[in-house]
Amino acid sequence: MSLHGRDVVSIRDLSRDEILALLDSARKMVPLAEGGRTTPLLAGKIVAMAFFEPSTRTRLSFESAVQRLGGSCLTIADAGATSLRKGESLYDTIRMLSSYADAIVLRHPNEGAARLASRASDRPVVNAGDGAGQHPTQTLLDLATIRERFGTLAGLKVVLLGDLKYGRTVHSLAYALAEFGSEIILSSPESLRLPEEHRDDLKRQGAKVRDEPDLGKAVREADVLYVTRIQKERFPDESEYRSVAGSYRIDGQTLTGAKPQMIVMHPLPRAGEIAPEVDGTPHAAYFRQAFLAVPVRMALLNAILGRPRRGG
Amino acid sequence: MRELKITPIRNGTVIDHISSGLALEVLRILRLGRDATVSIALHVRSGKLGWKDIVKVENVELTARTVNAIALIAPTATISIIRDYRVREKRTVDLPAKIVGVLRCPNRNCISNQPEPLESEFEVTERRPTVLKCAFCERRVDDFLHHLA
Repeated sequence: MSLHGRDVVSIRDLSRDEILALLDSARKMVPLAEGGRTTPLLAGKIVAMAFFEPSTRTRLSFESAVQRLGGSCLTIADAGATSLRKGESLYDTIRMLSSYADAIVLRHPNEGAARLASRASDRPVVNAGDGAGQHPTQTLLDLATIRERFGTLAGLKVVLLGDLKYGRTVHSLAYALAEFGSEIILSSPESLRLPEEHRDDLKRQGAKVRDEPDLGKAVREADVLYVTRIQKERFPDESEYRSVAGSYRIDGQTLTGAKPQMIVMHPLPRAGEIAPEVDGTPHAAYFRQAFLAVPVRMALLNAILGRPRRGG
Repeated sequence: MRELKITPIRNGTVIDHISSGLALEVLRILRLGRDATVSIALHVRSGKLGWKDIVKVENVELTARTVNAIALIAPTATISIIRDYRVREKRTVDLPAKIVGVLRCPNRNCISNQPEPLESEFEVTERRPTVLKCAFCERRVDDFLHHLA
């Protein structure tokens, strides 16, 4: 089924085959994303970047993706400068935007905002993160990073480390990894364990998933060590945040005993979870992961907005 | 002659076979106006349930949407539409695939709890026991009494 004109609100909106096709397309976009030449695949198309929450990597990589494809952007990067401040609803703002642009990329602090936007807009909406909810393009670029290094998404042992309760990236990633048949090993402070609701979903999916509170043991088993930041802004209570802040850190010592081909990933920004000394090791994959955001988002925008493929 | 606990109504809706103790919650789902005339019988002997509650609403014929929402908390309820003292239609409740405007999402940060022009919406993901999922933030809900809108 073609992705042309479709909303992408959750990674569940994409089938396994669609994900693999996007990752193949992203691989072809890598030389374009590295610069040197542009391609006119999105020439004449306008993509609205509606960012109602601070973002650096996500917004800039989407803007880079649009411009590398020859399109142009309308950007809201400061919600305070929009009519939302005057009390305009998100629904109305998105309706208005959908008459100015060919697609909308939305980042919003409330869960479910992108689903609402997809109803308000008659143009495709791409969710660039809604509160602690979904962030499907992050999952796609995480998968692209793993597949680029290992050539597969199946049969790997992936350790998810850190805030598994509020971290939106790990919920979607765990779902996708389970779909592709990798084993998920959860390692987190007790109070930041993966919520039961997500565990139930993974079990229903038939996922291989287990807990490994001993970080050293988890690192020795891992093909991928996916580290997350403890996000202060997602905690309802500051004392809860303080009780877990700084409770894990990956450094040269932690990586002793890791498999030689093991990669360390992180959605960035990091806040002390990975020591700078790891950057120079062959394990560090997080900057490559940040770069792959551009070709992955190019592939997605091209699939949604580019010329529809014949028979697609 | 049988003693009538509450009098018959001329026109309206009778919701019978509500599990004992849930009549007031059913009323919350109905969201009737202040001028509605309602009779309630609590803890009435029932051959089917042991004990039951009954709600009678005069001059209101409930919509299918409202009736089906009752199934969330009172799946054993029966609905009778009364016209001129006679039962014109009788049916059981049937949980629909979507529940709109009846519950609040338990996730305070869900967009459906913000001042937006939308009604709450839940998809029924499991039946027996019923589990719903918010159509916006995907939060699961299985405790309906605490989340009536």
